[in-house]
Amino acid sequence: MNAPTYNFAYLNEQTKRMIRRAILKAVAVPGYQVPFASREMPMPYGWGTGGVQVTAAILTPDDTLKVIDQGADDTTNAVSIRKFFVKTSGVATTEKTEDATIIQTRHRIPETPLTEDQILVFQVPIPEPLRFLEPRETETRVMHALEEYGVMQVKLYEDIAQYGQIATTYAYPAKVADRYVFDPSPIPKFDNPKLNDCPALQLFGAGREKRIYAVPPYTKVVSLDFEDHPFEIQTWDRPCAICGSRKSFLDEILTDDAGGQMFVCSDTDFCARQQNQSA
Amino acid sequence: MNPLLQVEGLGKTYGNRLGCEDVSFELQAGEVLAIVGESGSGKTTLLRCLSGHLQASSGRVLYAQRDGRSVCLADLSEAERRMLMRTDWGFVHQDAREGLRMGVSAGANVGERLMAVGARHYGHIRSTAEDWLTRVEINRERIDDSPWAYSGGMRQRLQIARNLVTSPRLIFMDEPTGGLDVSVQARLLDLIRGLVRKFNLAAIVVTHDLAVARLLSSRMMVMQQGRVIETGLTDQVLEDPQAPYTQLLVSSVLQV
Repeated sequence: MNAPTYNFAYLNEQTKRMIRRAILKAVAVPGYQVPFASREMPMPYGWGTGGVQVTAAILTPDDTLKVIDQGADDTTNAVSIRKFFVKTSGVATTEKTEDATIIQTRHRIPETPLTEDQILVFQVPIPEPLRFLEPRETETRVMHALEEYGVMQVKLYEDIAQYGQIATTYAYPAKVADRYVFDPSPIPKFDNPKLNDCPALQLFGAGREKRIYAVPPYTKVVSLDFEDHPFEIQTWDRPCAICGSRKSFLDEILTDDAGGQMFVCSDTDFCARQQNQSA
Repeated sequence: MNPLLQVEGLGKTYGNRLGCEDVSFELQAGEVLAIVGESGSGKTTLLRCLSGHLQASSGRVLYAQRDGRSVCLADLSEAERRMLMRTDWGFVHQDAREGLRMGVSAGANVGERLMAVGARHYGHIRSTAEDWLTRVEINRERIDDSPWAYSGGMRQRLQIARNLVTSPRLIFMDEPTGGLDVSVQARLLDLIRGLVRKFNLAAIVVTHDLAVARLLSSRMMVMQQGRVIETGLTDQVLEDPQAPYTQLLVSSVLQV
């Protein structure tokens, strides 16, 4: 139900229009971080205020929304954001990836392949991939403008020098459409290949940093690497302890305080579906 | 042959205050020029204008590119200027912390310029970095150490290696031996002299230390209050200074 005192999806129409303009620009220039006038949201920074604003701007009454946090539909962040949109817009929600038209996500891309009819909205804490190497915003903007991305390689070099391999496992930098290097938000690098040539529109919102960027459908996304240390995704030496899948991203779960652990799918919807199939 | 660098009437003012004024000179490939003068005489301002870190208020700087064409620095786009700065040119800062990336290892510092111009093979980058560390007399076992773990002299040598890895033709040095003790200074100067000769580098060295000028440079320029008051061959200027200020400078060197 619409809460009577709020506009549809919380934000007023002017704000949504401003955000949609930023989104259009972001889609037109893939990977480029478009500044936007991020609003105060009724939740703290770090809870996905950027993603929530993007979702609010693109949401229509006919949409079906799915919200995930670390792949799961039932964790705090996902539950609160889903409830927020149910309360302020009254749209239908689902946990099934293929039934959703908009999926807002924190830290994962669903295992089920996305389609052209879907939009994936990422919550981004730090949109600037160069930030840890170059603290000055003026300088990072010039570096993006002039395609000076050598320093990104310095970070990967440093990984190999210190750990013998590229030790960056999440927020793994990638180049979009042969132009902009971008931070795909803290998704595991396991998910980086899914960014490439994806049929769905992928939108990224950073609320505190006031940036929106996008990967349009079927866009080339290449993870950075070295010729002699190519990009690799994580692998596990065992299947999911619940559904037995060998092709999904696994979370380690501690089961007691005596060193007991199990590895299970982080995508709860995918895991439940696999169980049904094998049952 | 075109001079490598041609400076015509270069000036820089900070509002009403004068940084430097009406500086003109030419620098040939492989030549080392020292700029000396007391603190506040405009040496560093001049160096920063020449190297493109500061925009000059008047005059121009012409640089002869590898293909022989001379370009005016002010006419270059920012992309071209920055490319020049990290391939054809080098800049050695007085404080190594300004010139180094302190957050990453020595090897990454040396490799950064290579990666900036497109090197994408870890093994090659690393072996080049090792090679350069050896050339500047740093033990190759310390390649993965942070520059924080290096002594002042080592940091300065690392900075030099980082600059020379792309085989530049011109290197700017701002008080390269400042803040180092005398024996370390001597070794560093010896190293720089050897490298400059070996790679036929042109260099512009800013210093207040006449001994540095004497050891490194073939020509020198003396500055006072933003103006060049005397130029000439280094030996000639130091043996037979003409301007009163230069005479004062030469006579005030401490003799041991």
